[in-house]
Amino acid sequence: MDYAATTPVDSRVVRAMSPYFNEKFGNTMSLHGFGQEAKEILEESRKSIADLIKVKPSEIIFTGSATESNNLAIKGIAFANRKKGNHIIISQIEHPCVMESVKWLEKEGFEITKVGVDKYGMINPESVGKAIKKETILVSIIHASNEIGTIQPIREIGKICRGKGVYFHTDAVQSFGKIPIDVDKMNIDLLSASSHKMYGPKGSACLFIREGVKIEPILHGGGQESGLRSSTVNIPAIVGFAEACRICKKEMKVEGQRLKVLREKLIKGVLGKIPSSYLNGHPEKRLPNNVNFRFDFIEGESIVVQLDFLGVAASTGSACSSVKLEPSHVLLATGLKHEQAHGSLRVTLGRWTTKKEINYFLKVLPSIIKKLRDISPFKKHD
Amino acid sequence: MIKKISKMGPYTKKVFECFNNPKNYGRMKNPDGVGKVGNPVCGDVMWLYIKVGKNKKGEEILNDIKFETFGCVAAIATSSILTQLAKGKTLKEAVKIDKKKIIDSLGGLPPIKIHCSVLAASALNKAIENYASRKTKKNKG
Repeated sequence: MDYAATTPVDSRVVRAMSPYFNEKFGNTMSLHGFGQEAKEILEESRKSIADLIKVKPSEIIFTGSATESNNLAIKGIAFANRKKGNHIIISQIEHPCVMESVKWLEKEGFEITKVGVDKYGMINPESVGKAIKKETILVSIIHASNEIGTIQPIREIGKICRGKGVYFHTDAVQSFGKIPIDVDKMNIDLLSASSHKMYGPKGSACLFIREGVKIEPILHGGGQESGLRSSTVNIPAIVGFAEACRICKKEMKVEGQRLKVLREKLIKGVLGKIPSSYLNGHPEKRLPNNVNFRFDFIEGESIVVQLDFLGVAASTGSACSSVKLEPSHVLLATGLKHEQAHGSLRVTLGRWTTKKEINYFLKVLPSIIKKLRDISPFKKHD
Repeated sequence: MIKKISKMGPYTKKVFECFNNPKNYGRMKNPDGVGKVGNPVCGDVMWLYIKVGKNKKGEEILNDIKFETFGCVAAIATSSILTQLAKGKTLKEAVKIDKKKIIDSLGGLPPIKIHCSVLAASALNKAIENYASRKTKKNKG
């Protein structure tokens, strides 16, 4: 139950990809038949992805990862619009690839504002509006949090940006294919998405760039992807990504409902069975597949490893599981103390999560929490 | 989709064993010494309780030892192994248990978790110091 980390590739996707390894293996840059065949399937794939968010195929640029898409969006806009201004706005709860990109831009002379969130991890669109100034060239806000699942009021934020003539980028890696996205209605200029979070293969991602947006490439070379991303195009992965999009488009509504029911069962079950347990993130405006709990008096890595012993995969925002020994910046941004953030557990559901699995989880978790609390020096009465 | 994958994480089998079946945990009533180390902000807190007795030679030994730990897999495993190493030892032997001894007994720890072994060793030292200072006070009183 760690589908937000990555997903298995759907067997339908594997089937769609398989001819493109050793039968139809052409390079899109070659003029001969193999190359042209590859070029055709590339454009067909681009169309399937564009369809999912209702954009023109020419507005989709393929990249190798969501990290690359976010880097391209942020650095590409920054350098192309430098003459206009040097100010960029993000939120305090962005993915590390956005956080680190703007940190690097700071060294290059850009000024960064990070807008805060409320206790549910929600951004107030007005705070974005207030942060925009004459020099602002880009606002980048994550659509749905990868950690706590909170879905941001993207449409309202986009409207404010549009009104002030500022480009608006959203990192939609966790929401793409899971909830409906309409970039026109939501006033989005750039959007990042990734294949391996939606039952496609790793190594393929994309960036939607609205026609007319001024952007510079960060990879220079053979000029693939309209000159915005030079690199030999990874056809098998892109074909897989496209098939994954077609499946999501078809099944999103039903699957979203199914997951919501499981999610609510899980939340009610845990909060009802385990004392001193809480839900992180927004109670309603959250991804259908994301649950994030917090348990007092214990630490998250211990919970994750105990669950793993019993065959359940989950994750935590505790410092002890990170390479930096710092708890999740997202949980801290919602106002949690360090010691509270240590006790977090993220459970993310997916296409093959069943009611039986939820029941099993609800059966084993209380005794794990109790055991760890028995070991802990902090007890309720202290 | 529930299935067990045997390979996991950066820990040794022994660390998992100690974490999954920790020995000597829980609160001790009327301990002779207590060592409290760590900080909940950093994510590791260890409380160590000792009871001191004497062996046939009249040397002071750790008759009983218990821990309570808030922390990660490594924190709980180092706490448990420390109590196992120290139980029954003379105080003189017990203070010599250092991070190296703890790490070796666990078959190794990931570099980023070495501090857990330091914490465990210092918890025991603190508990023994606490015992010694209580004794001095008692004798003076």
